Amino acid sequence: MAVVTKQAPSSHQDWNARLRRFFQWLSSPHVVLSLIMLAVMVYMVIVPLYRMFLTTFSVQEMDLRALPGAEVGDLTLYHWVRMLNSKISTIMTYEPLMHSLTISLGATFLALIIGGLMAWLVVRTDVPGKGIINALATIPYIMPSWTIAQAWIVMFKNQTSGGTPGLLEFLTHSPTPDWLAYGPVPIIVSSALHYYTFFFLFVSAALLSIDSSLEEAGELAGAGRWRIMRKITFPLVIPAIASGFIMTFSKTMGTFGGPNVLGVPVRYYTLSTMLRSNTGIGNYGDGFVLAIVLILFAMTTIMINQKLVGTRKSYETIGGRGFMAQKQKLRNFKGIITALVVVFQFFIAVLPLSLLIYSTFMLRTGDYSLSNFTLQHWIGKGVSNINSGEPGVLLNKKIYLAAWNSIRLSFLTAFFTALFGVILGYAIVKGRGTRLSKLVEQIAFIPYVIPGIAFGAVYISMFTRSVGPIPALYGTFALLVVVSVAKHIPYSARSGVSAMLQVGKELEEAAAIAGAGPWRRFKRIIFPLTSTGFVSGFLMTFITTMRELSLIILLVTPTTAVLASQTMRYIENGNEQQANAVIIILIVLVLLGNFLISRFRGGSLKKGLGL
Amino acid sequence: MDTPIIIKNLTKKFGDVVAVNNVSVIIEPGSFLTLLGPSGCGKTTLLRCISGLEDPDDGEIIIGDKLVYSHSKGISLPSGQRDLGLVFQNYALWPHMTVYKNITFALEIQKLSKQDMDLRVKESLKEVQMSGYEDRYPREMSGGQQQRIALARMLAYRPKVFLMDEPLSNLDARLRMDMRTELKRLHHISGATTVYVTHDQIEAMTMSSKIAVMKLGVIQQMDTPDTVYHYPANLFVADFIGNPKINLMPGWVSGQNVVDIGKFNIPVKTFNKTGDVVVGLRPEDIIIHKEPTDGAVEFAAYSVLPSGADTTIIARKGDTELTIKEIGVSKIQMDQPIWLSFKEDAINLYDKDTESLITA
Repeated sequence: MAVVTKQAPSSHQDWNARLRRFFQWLSSPHVVLSLIMLAVMVYMVIVPLYRMFLTTFSVQEMDLRALPGAEVGDLTLYHWVRMLNSKISTIMTYEPLMHSLTISLGATFLALIIGGLMAWLVVRTDVPGKGIINALATIPYIMPSWTIAQAWIVMFKNQTSGGTPGLLEFLTHSPTPDWLAYGPVPIIVSSALHYYTFFFLFVSAALLSIDSSLEEAGELAGAGRWRIMRKITFPLVIPAIASGFIMTFSKTMGTFGGPNVLGVPVRYYTLSTMLRSNTGIGNYGDGFVLAIVLILFAMTTIMINQKLVGTRKSYETIGGRGFMAQKQKLRNFKGIITALVVVFQFFIAVLPLSLLIYSTFMLRTGDYSLSNFTLQHWIGKGVSNINSGEPGVLLNKKIYLAAWNSIRLSFLTAFFTALFGVILGYAIVKGRGTRLSKLVEQIAFIPYVIPGIAFGAVYISMFTRSVGPIPALYGTFALLVVVSVAKHIPYSARSGVSAMLQVGKELEEAAAIAGAGPWRRFKRIIFPLTSTGFVSGFLMTFITTMRELSLIILLVTPTTAVLASQTMRYIENGNEQQANAVIIILIVLVLLGNFLISRFRGGSLKKGLGL
Repeated sequence: MDTPIIIKNLTKKFGDVVAVNNVSVIIEPGSFLTLLGPSGCGKTTLLRCISGLEDPDDGEIIIGDKLVYSHSKGISLPSGQRDLGLVFQNYALWPHMTVYKNITFALEIQKLSKQDMDLRVKESLKEVQMSGYEDRYPREMSGGQQQRIALARMLAYRPKVFLMDEPLSNLDARLRMDMRTELKRLHHISGATTVYVTHDQIEAMTMSSKIAVMKLGVIQQMDTPDTVYHYPANLFVADFIGNPKINLMPGWVSGQNVVDIGKFNIPVKTFNKTGDVVVGLRPEDIIIHKEPTDGAVEFAAYSVLPSGADTTIIARKGDTELTIKEIGVSKIQMDQPIWLSFKEDAINLYDKDTESLITA
C-alpha cells in the first residue's frame, strides 16, 4: 500500500501538476465539444457579424463617386450619417423601420389573439372536432410564409399597381379599396395567419400543463370563472405567451416574402425589403446599416420581453402535469363557435391553396372565367410571350434544379442541425454550471435574435475571399447550407439540451463506472436514448428549411436557386401563375415531409419546436 | 479482498458552497463504512469524489495501492480505472438494454469471452436471487427487482470497492428491510470494501461496521454504530442519531456529581468541572415509576404513544419535556403523575459552548 507523504512541492512539480490538471480538463469530452462548438459558432456567427459591422464603417467601391479622394476600405461614418441623419434617411431608414414595427407588432398581436383563442377553445372547452382543429392549426405554419400573401393577391389585388383585377374585383365589378389590396393591413393579416401556430402550440401546451388544482383552489376560495381566468390561468400562461411573442416578433421583423409581395408594389417598404433593394444593387454599406438597425430592434424587444417575464426558459412547463380541468361548456354558442372555427380554418388553410391552384390554370391573369383555362403553366412548351419564354413548371429544367437544390439544402441543413444538436446538447448539459457551458449556451442563442434577412445579409460580407483553409463561399451552394445551419443553431441547442436532459445523468455515469470511454458511452447509451428526439428534430428542420426564404434571398444565385427563391423571382418578373405553380410544388414537398414526421413515432411539430 | 481507501484533506466546492471540507478518512479493507447525514451534508459528494464522477478541488484519494486522485500531483483517474462499482439511488439501469445486456456492458469492455460472460451473468443474478430474468427490460420489473439487477450489474464485473448511493431510498419500507438483509449478507460474502451513503440511520446502524456522521461537509464522528449511538461525539450527532430522539436538557454543574436542570437535579458520575452543560439521555435510559421512588423526579404523562413492541411516553414538568421509551404496552394514562429516574451510566454530558462530549 502506498503511503504518500506530504512534501513541499517544488515549483517545477507544481507547474507539472497544473499542466496535467489543465490537460485533464481539456480532455473531458464536454470541454472538447464545447471548445469545438465555440470555434464553429465564432466562425459562423461572431465573425460574420463583426465583418458586417466593419463594412458599415468602411468605404465601399460604390461610395467612391460620393467620396472623392477616399479609397476602398477607408474608415468612414458616411453610411451611418447617410442612413440615420440625412435627407434620404427618412425614406431609407425611418419609414421602413416604422413599417416593420407596425407589421411585427400588428401581426404578433393578431396572431396572439387567434392562436390563444383557438388554444383555449381546444384545451378548455367542449368544442367538437378537436383533432381536426389541432391538425389544421399547424398547416399554415408548414406552408411557405408568403403563400397566404400570394393567395391574397389573387383574391384582393386591384389595378393600382398597373396589374389586373383580383377575383373579388372580377366578381363584384367594383375596385377593391387600396388598403385591402396592398400595404400594412394585408401584410399583417397574412403574417398573423401564418404565425399564429406558435401561439396556438405554446399556449395550448401551457394550458395543458396547468395543474387544475390551482384553479380549483381559486374556485373554492369563491372566485368566479372570469376572476379565475384573469387572476390564475392567465398569469400562468404568460410565459408561454411571451415565448410565442419573442418567436413571432423576431420572425416577422425579418420576414421578407409577405412585405415583398404585398408591400413593394405600392412602395410600402419594410426594413427587410429595403435591405434587399440596397444589397441587390451592391450597396452593402447602407444595406448593412439597415441590417444592424433591424438586429438592434429585434434584440431590444426580446430583451425587454425577457426582463418583464423572466428567463427565456420560462416557456418550460409550469408546475406538474395536472389532471384536466373542467371543460367550459359552450352551451348555446357551441354551434356558432364551431361553425366559426371551421370557416376560419377553411379561410386560412383551404381557400388560399385553392386560389393558388386555381390561378395556375389561368392563361391571362385577371380573367377568372373557365374560357381562360389552360395547362400552359404546368406542362406547356416555352412560348415567348408567356412566362418569359420558359416552359411549364413540370417541363422546366430550372424548376427541377431548384427542387433538387431545395431538397439537398434541407437535407444537409437538417443533418448538420441534428448533429450540432447532439453536440451542443451534450456539451451544455454535461457542463451545466460551468462558465464554459454558459458561454456556449449564450452564443448559441445569438442567431435567435437576428432576423432572418439580416442574418442572410451578415453572410454577404463573409466568405467573399478565402480565409486560411476556408475557401471563398460567396455564390456557392455551400454558403446556403452554412447560413441555414447557423440560423438553426439556437433550435439545435434547445432541442439537444431537452433531449439530453431526458437521459438521466446517472445512466451515463453508470457506464463511466463500468469502464466505458466517452465514445462508447455516447454510442451505446446516449445516442440510442436520444435518437428519437433528434430524428424528429431532423424532419422538422427539413421542412422549415424547405420553405425558408428570408434567410437565403440575399445569397442565392441562378445556379443555387431553390424553389422558395424561384417563386419570388417569378413574382418579381410578374409571372404570377408560374410562381403560384412553383409554390404548389413547394407545398407538396413540404406536406410530404410533414407526412413523414407524423409517420415517425413520437415526432411532431411541437417536438420540433422544443416543446 | 484487501483494498483500503485513504482520503486525505479532500475538499470539493460548488461555487462558494463547500460541499466537502478538508475531509481525511481511512477506510479499512473489507469494512462497511456508512456516510450518514441530513441532505446537503456532503455525503453524496464525498462518495462521488471517490468514484471519480466528481473532480475534487484539493486533496488525495488512494484506493488499494492506486493513487486515483491527487490535486498536487495533477492526477485524476477516470471512474472506469478505479476498480469500483456504484449502485445508484434510481438504479440507473439502461432502459434500452435487457438485463443480460445491462450486466454484460462492463464485461464487454473487459473483453470477456461469451462463455465467461454467460457464467458471470448467471452467478451474479443468482447472488441477488434474480435468476431467469436475463431477457427482461428494466421497465418490465418492479423497483425492488430493478435494484437487485443494479446490484447484479455491479457484482458481475467484480470491482474491489462497492459504492452505494442511497440504494434503498426508492423502495418501500418492507422491501427495504429485505434488501438490508441481502446487502449485509452480500458484503459479508464478498468482503469488498464498501462505502454506503444514506440519510436513514436504521440502515446505517444495522449494516455498517463504521458510521461517519457528516454535517456541512465535515465528518462529525466516525466510529462503530454502537459507539456512535451510545457516545455521540457532539450534540449534532446525539440529536441526529436515535429514534425517538435523544433527550437534551441544558443544565449547570458545579463540581459535584450532579447536574442542576432547574426544577430538579440529575446525578452523574464523577464530574468535577463547573459551567453550563447539556445532558444527553436516550429515551430507553429513563425508568418510569408509578409511585414516588427514592431519587426519582415527579413528571406528568403528557402523551402516551404505544406502537406495539414499545411505547413512547412524553412527560412534562414545567417547561422540561422528556421522551421515554418503555418496552411493551404501557399502562400509563395521559395526565397521570409519574416518577422518573435516570440510568447514571447512560448519561452523556456536553459542553454547552463547544457542543462536544465531555469525557472525564
